Amino acid sequence: MSGALDPRTAPEFPIAAKAMLGDAQLRKNVRHATEVIQAKRARVVGEMPDWQALREAGRQIRSHTMENLDYYLEEFERNCTRAGGVVHWARDAEEARRIIVRLVKESGSDEVIKIKSMTTEEIQLNPALEAAGIHPYETDLAELIIQLGEDQPSHIVVPALHKNRQQIREIFQRKMGLAELGERPQDLADAARMFLREKFLRVKTGVSGANFLIAETGGVCIIESEGNGRMCLTLPETLIAVAGIDKVLPRFQDLEVMLQLVPRSATGERMNPYNSIWTGVDRTHVPESGHGAPASVGDGPRVFHVVLMDNARTEILADEEARQTLNCVRCGACQNACPVYRQTGGHAYGSVYAGPIGAILTPQLQEMHHAQSLPYASSLCGACYEVCPVKINIPEVLIHLRNKVVEQKGMSAEALAMKMMGMIFLSERRFRAAQRLGRMAELPLVRKDGQGVGWISWLPGMLGGWTQVRDLQEMPKETFRDWWEKRGNDGR
Amino acid sequence: MAGETIASSGAKAEMLRRIRAATGRTAGADAAEVQAEWAGLARGYRRAGSRISEAVLELLEDRLRDYDAHVVRTGAGDVAAMVAKMLAERGKRRLVVPEGLAAEWLPEGFEFVVDRGMAATELDGFDGVMTGSTVAIAETGTVVLQGVAGQGRRAVTLVPDYHLCVVRVEDVVETVPEAMARLEATSGLPTTFFSGPSATADIEMTRIKGVHGPRFLDVIVAG
Repeated sequence: MSGALDPRTAPEFPIAAKAMLGDAQLRKNVRHATEVIQAKRARVVGEMPDWQALREAGRQIRSHTMENLDYYLEEFERNCTRAGGVVHWARDAEEARRIIVRLVKESGSDEVIKIKSMTTEEIQLNPALEAAGIHPYETDLAELIIQLGEDQPSHIVVPALHKNRQQIREIFQRKMGLAELGERPQDLADAARMFLREKFLRVKTGVSGANFLIAETGGVCIIESEGNGRMCLTLPETLIAVAGIDKVLPRFQDLEVMLQLVPRSATGERMNPYNSIWTGVDRTHVPESGHGAPASVGDGPRVFHVVLMDNARTEILADEEARQTLNCVRCGACQNACPVYRQTGGHAYGSVYAGPIGAILTPQLQEMHHAQSLPYASSLCGACYEVCPVKINIPEVLIHLRNKVVEQKGMSAEALAMKMMGMIFLSERRFRAAQRLGRMAELPLVRKDGQGVGWISWLPGMLGGWTQVRDLQEMPKETFRDWWEKRGNDGR
Repeated sequence: MAGETIASSGAKAEMLRRIRAATGRTAGADAAEVQAEWAGLARGYRRAGSRISEAVLELLEDRLRDYDAHVVRTGAGDVAAMVAKMLAERGKRRLVVPEGLAAEWLPEGFEFVVDRGMAATELDGFDGVMTGSTVAIAETGTVVLQGVAGQGRRAVTLVPDYHLCVVRVEDVVETVPEAMARLEATSGLPTTFFSGPSATADIEMTRIKGVHGPRFLDVIVAG
């Protein structure tokens, strides 16, 4: 896998998926990882007697936020600014990248330490930083594996889940120059600790995403496991957080719902190892405001920026039937539960957002100009809806988007064929004629098996989709209607 | 700089205009209306625990152990003796402590250095860090630290490889909503929730203790 996952240039899902299905190692790795997370999730969700009430509260909080998004974003900006943060607004990915590159340059650094952030993956921030002469160091273990392996993320929460320990060891040996490295997960984690420690202590500028922006306080919340997030939030002098406008949460109290839903859904833990909540900047460096600011002496960055990014989210907001897509809290539970994702892995989706949520989010972030095959990358089984902690009805949105794709494409060959079928079914005479025609047309394709039953193993053109994975029995010599009529009127 | 500010405010105006067009709002929202709507959201989940206090403490200990933390109980007056025991077991001698940590918790025979804004590289040189805590959540095995006396700056509990944390029994609650209610008044302070030592499951979904945060965590539940 090389080159960024870009929905604008990625092959259609069925083509990419077919290639992935041939990679037995990848399928084994993905199956193992998703099975482990699913089992852990089921266990810790099962011990919550009020899980469904929490999901409903999560859904209502997120829907309420989207309906009042302008109000909460302005409230967040006011409170974050009051606490010493600087809020920037970016209409699209290009504008967000430009702002971030400028802010890093203003910080006087030519390198940044990064917390895992799907938003920065979405806007392909790293190539933009490198083009501006700034070196980004990914500090999340999985993101480090991806960066050193020149790979792409395949899962929202566990981006390197398609790699097993031997593959990771090989990457670390090559890129960290550690010939003697063992292959126990503990050895690999220790190697990452050694490799990154010096960077945490040296690099003066950090870039993060955000799990939640709290409108009421102007605070930001980041959920993580390893402590690399805490390092990036605490040690640098300048911190730049980029967040989609959908990340806002009305009040501090609402975290009581999200901090129960997200960890159990994402990694199957009762709580993830670390959550950080901070508001604005290190108070000791703020000119006396006269507000009697609380004492947090010398704690954290002196300069804090938040980049609020639209990048087609308002397009999704405008579509009432698809608006619930924005309620997503990026836990990845739908990916682990999806029978399609579990076979293909994430790269087949051609986007950093893979799986069921990717199938609805990606084409909409492309304003339905690209990735139109993704709404079809689902059997509509509903497993994603069942595990979603904020009850996004993904199958409903998938169908809605399929409808949009069909409308967009106008009269296709498939639609034309369906129209003809409709004509045939309307008239008995035409139906019988079609059956006779079918029996004649299939003759050259039928092969008899040992029992004298005829089978068709190849059909031409569009019909070939059916025979690609199964044989079709030949049409009966006599139809039910013919047989019924032969019996005569007395019923014998 | 002025040019950028104008461009940014243009972006803000356009994004707010797009949002209002999408949600069918003509102008700014009515604050009272939004707040009333928020107050009406369904919250049918548990807002308080149901266990008696001893069972809550047992739950906290159990959940912390599940994360590979070492947990002990002691009387409120015996913290220093317990600290001495645990540090001796771990072979730790020189610890950094935040300003304002209760002096009666610190035993003789060890070196406790008060952090007054040390550099990260300096923090890296200690055997460990010892702090108090704001609140602990039994159901999730979580301890919460804030930027106050006795808990200190976030870097201090992050860079050293070993963390010894004292949790007072009166600060233990059963559920997440109870903890958030206690934190509400000081929500503007830098706040860190930790649930066990640093960990990752990025390699084959195997939980491995310790990547960047403290790899070893001892908790003393006191009272």
